Amino acid sequence: MKMELIQPFINSADAVLAQGLQCSTAIGSLSMEEEAYRRKGVAAMVWVTGDIEGRIIIDLDPETAVRVAGKMAGAELPESDLLVKETACELANQIIGNAITALNDQGFHFRVHPPVMHTSEEGIKSSEDTEALVMCFETPVGSVFMNIALRYNRKRHADSAAAGHA
Amino acid sequence: MEQFAPVKRSKDGQPVRYLIVDDSVFARKNLARMVESFGGHLAGEAGDGLTAITEYDRTHPDIVLMDITMPQMEGIEAAERIVQAHPDARIVMVSSVGYQENIVAALQRGARHFVQKPVKPEVLYEVIKYVLGEDGSVTNAAGAGA
Repeated sequence: MKMELIQPFINSADAVLAQGLQCSTAIGSLSMEEEAYRRKGVAAMVWVTGDIEGRIIIDLDPETAVRVAGKMAGAELPESDLLVKETACELANQIIGNAITALNDQGFHFRVHPPVMHTSEEGIKSSEDTEALVMCFETPVGSVFMNIALRYNRKRHADSAAAGHA
Repeated sequence: MEQFAPVKRSKDGQPVRYLIVDDSVFARKNLARMVESFGGHLAGEAGDGLTAITEYDRTHPDIVLMDITMPQMEGIEAAERIVQAHPDARIVMVSSVGYQENIVAALQRGARHFVQKPVKPEVLYEVIKYVLGEDGSVTNAAGAGA
């Protein structure tokens, strides 16, 4: 997985968390994983298809989700399963949407699918060409994990290149 | 949340009525809080494009805040259908996916403006004033036009 694919997601997560939480964030850990991804808390997953394909997971524990929701809403919110899930999905939506916007400006074309909750205890296996990058953003209200597994769609890429040279 | 000088309808001085369309309940609630801080009134909510069309017909809002990526029917298609039926509809797209193609497609199909998530209240406030144009007026706390 190339850095040009990953960097927009790092930049976007940093910007969305910083704006939503009104604070600075730091990347606490970074690792590549080929084993199945086991969620750490409540995980929202977004699939992208097009010139680049794969999925991105935003994962945080329920207590952190409630604190994030309160910060983003500007008010203390009562904890509920719905609030926790909605927070994970909305964070995923914003982080991925902003990253996709940046990648689109570089010439990559995608379709972004609505976030779905990743509820499996088994995890999602990465494959040889979609190894996952897992990073942890440390924020004052807790840790937010982002798991990215993307690859170039070789056929689409080749078609685009051919069209561009035709 | 920061309070803004209320934006009212020019014709009758009543609060601007909003329809908020987003598949995320959390996002809808956040937007609802923002428009209330602008002195607006929530006329309706929808979680997908199809429901947005029926809610528009039911509530006839002054402004629609419409997400793009949603299940069943995406926001751009819903905006197009609403504008076909109601050419005066004022639809503002509110999405995290803000690349140029999306913005152009939305504007070509009838949306009036685009705001990228995460939404800054001060940005949305200015966009709403712009989209309302002469049909909206900013009032002071006592309700006098400004």
